Amino acid sequence: MRPGSILLIAITGLIWGVTAMVVIGVTLTLITGEVALPQATAAGLAGLIAALALVWRQTADIKGMPAWVLSAVVLTLVLLLGTFAAPFTLPLSNVPFWQLAGLLAFVASVTAANRVSLNGATLGSMSRYEREVIYIRIFKGIGFVVFTIIVALPFYVMVMTSLKSQQALLANPLDLSIDLSQGFDGLFRSYVELFTQFNFGRYLMVSAIVSVGTVILTLLFSVPGAYAVSRLRFPGQALLSRSVLLNYMVPAIVLVLPLYAVFSQLGLRNTLTGLLIVYPATTIPVALYMLQGYFRGLPSELEEAGLMDGLSRLGVIMKITLPLSLPALASVSLYVFMIAWNEFLFAFMFLDDPDIFTLSRGVVSLNSSEVPRQHLMAGAVIATVPVLFIFLWFERFLVQGLTAGSVKG
Amino acid sequence: MTAQDKTIAERRPPKGIGPMQRREMRLAYLMLAPTFLIILAIVAGPLLANFWISFKPVQLADLRPPSVLVNERMRGNPESAGDAATLEYRMRNSSQDKEIRDVVLRDTLPDGFDVTSVPEVCSLQGASITCDIGTVPPKWRERLRFEGTVTAAYLAADRPERASIPEVSGDADNVLTNLDFTFDNFVRIFDTDEFWSVLRVTFYYTIFGTAGALVLGLFAAQLLNTTFKGRGFLRGLFLFPYVSPVIAVAFTWVVLFDPFSGTLNALLTKMGVVADPINFFGQRAVEFSFFGIPMEFPLALSTVIAFEAWRYFPLSFLFILARMQSLNTDIYEAAEMDGATPLQQFWYLSLPQLMGILSVLFLLRFIWTFNKFDDIFLLTGGNAGTRTLTVDVYEQGFALSNLGAGAAVAVVIFVVLVTFATLFLHFSPKEEGL
Repeated sequence: MRPGSILLIAITGLIWGVTAMVVIGVTLTLITGEVALPQATAAGLAGLIAALALVWRQTADIKGMPAWVLSAVVLTLVLLLGTFAAPFTLPLSNVPFWQLAGLLAFVASVTAANRVSLNGATLGSMSRYEREVIYIRIFKGIGFVVFTIIVALPFYVMVMTSLKSQQALLANPLDLSIDLSQGFDGLFRSYVELFTQFNFGRYLMVSAIVSVGTVILTLLFSVPGAYAVSRLRFPGQALLSRSVLLNYMVPAIVLVLPLYAVFSQLGLRNTLTGLLIVYPATTIPVALYMLQGYFRGLPSELEEAGLMDGLSRLGVIMKITLPLSLPALASVSLYVFMIAWNEFLFAFMFLDDPDIFTLSRGVVSLNSSEVPRQHLMAGAVIATVPVLFIFLWFERFLVQGLTAGSVKG
Repeated sequence: MTAQDKTIAERRPPKGIGPMQRREMRLAYLMLAPTFLIILAIVAGPLLANFWISFKPVQLADLRPPSVLVNERMRGNPESAGDAATLEYRMRNSSQDKEIRDVVLRDTLPDGFDVTSVPEVCSLQGASITCDIGTVPPKWRERLRFEGTVTAAYLAADRPERASIPEVSGDADNVLTNLDFTFDNFVRIFDTDEFWSVLRVTFYYTIFGTAGALVLGLFAAQLLNTTFKGRGFLRGLFLFPYVSPVIAVAFTWVVLFDPFSGTLNALLTKMGVVADPINFFGQRAVEFSFFGIPMEFPLALSTVIAFEAWRYFPLSFLFILARMQSLNTDIYEAAEMDGATPLQQFWYLSLPQLMGILSVLFLLRFIWTFNKFDDIFLLTGGNAGTRTLTVDVYEQGFALSNLGAGAAVAVVIFVVLVTFATLFLHFSPKEEGL
């Protein structure tokens, strides 16, 4: 028995008990709308004793029930005793099903976490290596929980808020459950209103047109450019390809002011043509950079063979280079589409006419005190879903695009 | 020297550019020309224009050039052929302070209107009117009257004067293109105390936002550097903040952190963590005392920095993960044999190998965070001590309608950026290309 080891094991159990209780208590609150006050102290104590019991049973040479069963039983008993059988300080009659599920989740997660992180731990002396393995397991476990929560929570809130009614939101901002009693129409009321009264169908279409237009224009410009930079020899090659990269550093806000002035005088400001001039200008350098990297990787012998067989340069590009670089074209297209779809600044500054709003611009117009919050969130969901859908569907291409281009500002 | 040697000596590689190479060169320039034209027009041009505008006393309203507005109507209400009527043009200068030169009005007489008297500035050729009005002062108003009689053809047509729209041409000083320069914009922005606080906020935001995104990314990459079930799912999930539209995630944060109806504040108050809701995006500073020394915690700025770190950690995560997976595992096995602990392996093996990608990421993210406008603008609008230089451009140029001052701030941004870029290029490691 070493006090240091016992302390480490006890702290491990304490951390898991407290973490699991807080996370599960908050989750329970958000799912049911009942304010569950998680009893973190008792949960920590329960986790601590359970961890000690687990390690003692693991290392002691006794036959009988497995160590984790004992640990789970100890955990449940201590938690229920310590909280007077109300781990979430809710009366048991209140949402009994969810409370039971929460309790089970708590016991399961703490036992599993203790078991994984204390695998190989002993109450006797442990080497620095063994101790550090335990630190890292704790660190990683907390990392997974924290990252998943901070990433997922905003999106969960976004979707759930958009499905609520104004009264429900004001009555209890904590209740983020799906209220099925209001039926399909009630649930999706915000979306229906956005499409019928706020013209979101049109915004969706404008956004799609602008984004697809940007992709096409970008490819038209960047494919020949990238080919020239990667395959043809000419003076100033390195300088030109590098100066294209400098574009990454120019802040959009610095461009917006003179472009606003000039486009206003040319009558291009409040038009989609204006956007279709500006968007490709910001995406072409990225696309050119990504494509030239890919073109360089293609074997030039194929193209030389094509040239020998009498194809012109254009023929070589159309018949040999482009078919070979379809994956790169796909990731560039998706990446550019995403940039154009998500673009906010130029759309916000240039567009005044609600008939040609892009989705980003349309959602900004929802951000006023007259429009209820669930409409704003429904707008955000409508703007996000296509991008996330494309992202999940073509994740492989897109991740390639993100790392190759690495440019979104 | 034999004859053979001589011919070899003469066969040197050709000097200059041969015809084939010239053709290739021309093709390359031709293929690159469109890209360069559009970049010159939309990026390089505006950058220069920005310098130009920053030295000009130009307001947002000046973008609409002064012009003569004209309104045409028939007066006299003729009822039968031969009745007298008046064709009247009412004109005014749209500008309150600028004259317009060489104003000329052109129009066509309505059908069936016989003119009897013509104003002296006007001349009539067939049915077309030309009025040479000359220079008009600011706030000028004037009426031109053509007296005459109507015929049956006029009465038969429905308002024939509408058939042709009067055209007015004239030259006015365009404040954007004249040679009127001033230093007022720079004096104005440098004179205020606010500017220096804006500069300070910009640097806090840039440094901590960049560092936050890098540290979170490094941590997340460590988590996913092992294979386990659901790793692909988690990797996709971790990229969500980065690929979603800024508008959606920014408003979600605003809703989530709202002091009255926000989920987070409701959670904190109901669970008894804090007594009163916290206005995360609206409160400039929280005062507290640290060992008796009163201190301030910039709340809104910190929340905005947290958003920046949250939204952009996926990028550094992706890069660091890719780099870590390409690391050679041999040295880890060797270190394991030598008894290096996991933390030692991370500190002495992984981190030095990641230094290259980390510094490149720091460079890129630093510049992009410095350039960031959307996020802060959508979250706080630059209020509560979160106004950065980029938001200041908008504030001066569009909210206060002083384009010149906005351009002056943009020039400051550009100068700072060029300084950074030079410093970074000078000190950054060369081997890690992106």
